[in-house]
Amino acid sequence: MYSQGLIGADGRTVEDEEFLTRFQARIDDEQKIEPNDEMPEGYRRTLVRQIGQHAHSEIVGMLPEGNWVTRAPSLRRKASLLAKVQDEGGHGLYLYSAAETLGVSREQMTEELIDGTAKYSSIFNYPTLSWADIGTIGWLVDGAAIMNQIPLCRCSYGPYARAMIRICKEESFHQRQGYEIVMTLAQGSPAQKAMAQESLNRFWQPVLMMFGPPDGESRNTDQSVKWKIKRFTNDELRQKFVDATVPQAEYLGLTIPDPDLKWNEQRQGYDFGPIDWDEFWRVVKGNGPMNRERVAARRKAWDEGAWVREAALAHAAKRQAQAAE
Amino acid sequence: MAGRDDLLALLLRIGDDHLILGHRLSEWCGHAPMLEEDLALPNMALDLIGTARMCYGYAAEIEGDGRSEDDYAFLRDGTDFRHILMVERPNGDFAFTILRQFLFAAYMHPVWDGLTGSTDARLADHAGKAVKEMAYHVRHSGEWVIRLGDGTEESARRMMAALDELAPYIGEMFESDETAQRLVTAGLLADPDAVRATFDGTVSRTFAMAKLPSLDVTAGISGGRTGRHGEVLGHLLAEMQFMQRAYPGQTW
Ligand SMILES: [Fe+2]
Ligand SMILES: [Fe+2]
Ligand SMILES: [Fe+2]
Repeated sequence: MYSQGLIGADGRTVEDEEFLTRFQARIDDEQKIEPNDEMPEGYRRTLVRQIGQHAHSEIVGMLPEGNWVTRAPSLRRKASLLAKVQDEGGHGLYLYSAAETLGVSREQMTEELIDGTAKYSSIFNYPTLSWADIGTIGWLVDGAAIMNQIPLCRCSYGPYARAMIRICKEESFHQRQGYEIVMTLAQGSPAQKAMAQESLNRFWQPVLMMFGPPDGESRNTDQSVKWKIKRFTNDELRQKFVDATVPQAEYLGLTIPDPDLKWNEQRQGYDFGPIDWDEFWRVVKGNGPMNRERVAARRKAWDEGAWVREAALAHAAKRQAQAAE
Repeated sequence: MAGRDDLLALLLRIGDDHLILGHRLSEWCGHAPMLEEDLALPNMALDLIGTARMCYGYAAEIEGDGRSEDDYAFLRDGTDFRHILMVERPNGDFAFTILRQFLFAAYMHPVWDGLTGSTDARLADHAGKAVKEMAYHVRHSGEWVIRLGDGTEESARRMMAALDELAPYIGEMFESDETAQRLVTAGLLADPDAVRATFDGTVSRTFAMAKLPSLDVTAGISGGRTGRHGEVLGHLLAEMQFMQRAYPGQTW
């Protein structure tokens, strides 16, 4: 997975009007901005933040799914889950590289993640409690990620757009794989079907929150849309996602846990019930069910890996010294 | 002559070695010392699990009693597993994990290399793929053994501690029994002396570069091939087999 509707970016910028107009003209002309091109500081800062949050999400996202690797119910599922989690790690690596083109190192971003200052998608602060959650995450979380990320393939910043093209291909494979897991459960025994439904019940609202706060509350959307970092608003993407997902749930014979969900003939889309934004902000601010454990797990891996990274550097230095002799 | 039972025994030995080590490696998923290893360790785990699946699938066909690859992994109890003890040892630190991986791959690489010429076509066919995978495992883990052995004081100390921990489990890889002897005679399994010679060469070259003392393989702790495992196996299986035990007979 994934990138969330960006949280807390600051698009303010200090350049003069003429510079900004020239830059905007390039954006409007659909030119890609490349690492060595001049760009407004606010544009750079917004991208660093967005790509960073996205990269962190891929990395932290390995944890809830990794939680089931050792308990996968069949060898086939074990192998495909391992491969999926490995893909997510690859996405993280790829995105950290994209962020590095904007002058922030992976190390710096990692430090921000483990000291708790960097954000990542709120969805990963929920636990994976049953095997069905692995299906639900692939189906809905990767599904929501794709909704968010397909437009990012046309993002004005070249390295990010190119990373997204490659990543989206894998995310859609993950989405199909997740859907297939849920389908197997939905067509299985009553206990399996109940497992799938219970998982959907828990994840539905948190998944809708992945698109970020409603448009009225999202202060960075306007500027990001203007700079073509973002192409759709949070609410537009959320609506697209609901419209695409409801028929899939119906096909599975699962019930979306929303009594207000109803087809709106006039709008040609589904109306859906209110989202608990208080919960969203609680989770974003660090009080979701798993925030502490997720960050602690990353910190532990980083801290316990310090001697390994130091040894690799020390060895490389010895090699270099030998080569110089 | 090696018969059906010998072939089955061989498939379970290889399959269980690969499954249990793959399981241990997969425990690192998301917790590795660096992102590159978060990719490399699951990658190696996938190779190992792939081989286990081949072995179990083939065993199931031979037994022909309607069992599947999953029955071998998830519905056998510990005393029915036939892997060497080294692979079930808990992961320890990265030095332990990577040194174990190196030793196992240094042993399996010549085993698979020999199996490419096995009289069993199915094994020979899989060996063509597995030998390449093991070559990569030897290279990747061997590079780490060198980096850690000849890195910092701390990494060298940890490598020595890992070697100390693993030493008593190395001899079991080279133990032979009547089953193994019949398999060798029948051309199903590589010549153990050749395997040992290749292993010794790989290890001594790498250890020299890692500034580790030369390996002295002595008789140590064994029993895995007859199902006498450590206490740790029961816990590993409790986790790995949880779903199949809690929800018997379902399709996943
Ligand atoms: Fe994904
Ligand atoms: Fe991803
Ligand atoms: Fe993603």
